[in-house]
Amino acid sequence: MNWWSRPAADTQITHGRRLWLYVLSAIIMLLLVAPTLIVVPMSFSDSQYLEFPPSTWSLRWYEEYLGSSKWMRATATSFQVGFLTMLVATPLGIMAAYALFVSRHRATRAIFLLLITPMIVPVILIAIGTFYAYGRVGMNNTIAGLVLAHSALALPIAIIVITAGLRSYDLSQEQVARSLGATRTRAFFLITLPQIRFSVITAALLSFLTSFDEVIIAIFVSGGANATLTKHMFAALRDYIDPTIAAISTIMVILSSALLLLTQFLGSKGKRN
Amino acid sequence: MTDVPQGTTALPIRIRDLTKRYGSVYALNSVDLDVHSGEFLTLLGPSGSGKTTLLMAIAGFNRPDSGSIRFGQDEVILTPPHKREVGMVFQSYALFPHMNVAENIGFPLKLRGISGAERAMRVEGALETVQLSGFGARNIDQLSGGQRQRVALARAFVFGPRILLMDEPLSALDKKLRERMQIELKHLHRKLGVTTVYVTHDQREALTMSDRIAVINDGELVQLDAPEAIYNCPANAFVADFIGESTMLPLTRDDAGALSFRGQKVGDAGTDQAKDWTLVVRPERLFFAGAGAETDDQAIVLKGVLRESVFQGESEMALVAIDDATEVAVRFGTSGRASPAGGSTGDQVSIGLDRSDVIIIPGGQAV
Repeated sequence: MNWWSRPAADTQITHGRRLWLYVLSAIIMLLLVAPTLIVVPMSFSDSQYLEFPPSTWSLRWYEEYLGSSKWMRATATSFQVGFLTMLVATPLGIMAAYALFVSRHRATRAIFLLLITPMIVPVILIAIGTFYAYGRVGMNNTIAGLVLAHSALALPIAIIVITAGLRSYDLSQEQVARSLGATRTRAFFLITLPQIRFSVITAALLSFLTSFDEVIIAIFVSGGANATLTKHMFAALRDYIDPTIAAISTIMVILSSALLLLTQFLGSKGKRN
Repeated sequence: MTDVPQGTTALPIRIRDLTKRYGSVYALNSVDLDVHSGEFLTLLGPSGSGKTTLLMAIAGFNRPDSGSIRFGQDEVILTPPHKREVGMVFQSYALFPHMNVAENIGFPLKLRGISGAERAMRVEGALETVQLSGFGARNIDQLSGGQRQRVALARAFVFGPRILLMDEPLSALDKKLRERMQIELKHLHRKLGVTTVYVTHDQREALTMSDRIAVINDGELVQLDAPEAIYNCPANAFVADFIGESTMLPLTRDDAGALSFRGQKVGDAGTDQAKDWTLVVRPERLFFAGAGAETDDQAIVLKGVLRESVFQGESEMALVAIDDATEVAVRFGTSGRASPAGGSTGDQVSIGLDRSDVIIIPGGQAV
């Protein structure tokens, strides 16, 4: 039997009859990924301008990026802000998710919705609001201001991921630990936390990525020596288009994909346990 | 007995006027209960009756709105769970999957600063007590349901708690294993001598294991007695119906206080002035009487029509209609010597109840 007339699995229709599905899926995947991948060949161009496909090849734009103190400083800022956002959003996410999961209070539903609003409200509104609010207290163009704004964006994701982890955890383990002599805090750290660790790590990585990839808030509230990589890229696209952007984008795509793959890997490992 | 922690002294539990409300619903309504030192007491009731709420209050996981709980002389109502020194076994076992068997059992010892050789020795002793010697290095996912149950038990008593609480610990096991574990738990209790409060909704399990049973319904303690007394002298229709099988027959009371069923006197109300009385008939206490049998000093005889007889393995259940609205269940053994149903469906039969098996409860039959 050839591939065409063979069933996809013992109980299913043949590959031939599902061909349309394969084609449709391929088109959808291509549409999702192609715009991102198109920057990769462009980054290896030798041209002064963004060009696709490139007529000549070189690594000069990678050298340009790595050799520029401006780009390097922006990169350092992005990593710093991303890392600090992770440090702020992850513990807060754990605390909020745990409290909402354990509590039987009537208001938990409302509090949950309140905490995830940054995910629902258009980011541009958050950016404008934050900009004016920070103007009052002098927090524009500060690392702390950017970290706080990014943490607000990352918190909903952290809460959702950690809540999902808690749902597959048997809370009576914590009760047992307490009856065996552990304080509630100790029981949490010795028993609960080790078992939701994959969710926590995933939440941390996603918090970092949320900040690292974020541009709109960064445009509004970061600047000067504390401008992020994304803000510089946006400005560069507007002011002088050259393939350095493509080189940076390529590096960011690889980094982000790697982190996302890591979370997927941890997720499946977490499920197996 | 090398494995039992030294200095273990069982403690009595004294509960007074314990009330816990959720909104307008009383989960516990002014409960008074004394658990004797070293006894095995079962909280028995249907789901939602408040039995688990009561257990959790003893463990310290929910705080009652009012009342008192004493362990020995100490009031513990405000004591957090980790200071109550109470061993606890949950329905889900709640073993820690990121620790192996020995680490699970050693956990309470570690919290108490017992380390090294002594901890290892006590863990091994506890494993021996639950017949799992040599299982220390196993992971939790390598254990069967029954073995997990034993590990959870060992973890609950290894640190020498004075009180042991169990929340439906056997309900996840299959019937055969459950029945074996019931006996084992009973032996273990005798060996440890620790005051044990056990929650179950399974009346058979409660009858099998307990020194005394506290029947709980709608947040109230309905009856507290030894298993035989609970079964033979239920306090009201709820207990009679919940524990064992029963048919309830309404009685009439005459001015002198005599209680009768269809003109046949079955008992006496004494000084109790209650108007409604009910005769509780256990199916296995009924027997098929001969065709000519009549009520006498020994037995009460009822006549009826055999509606149906169902073979159930170890016994057979017959339904006898004594009138159009009332069917009485009769259970009889299936050995060669047991009296058969006395005919086929539709036949006239006589069923007898020995006067010593008469159970009369005050109140109507409404449950």
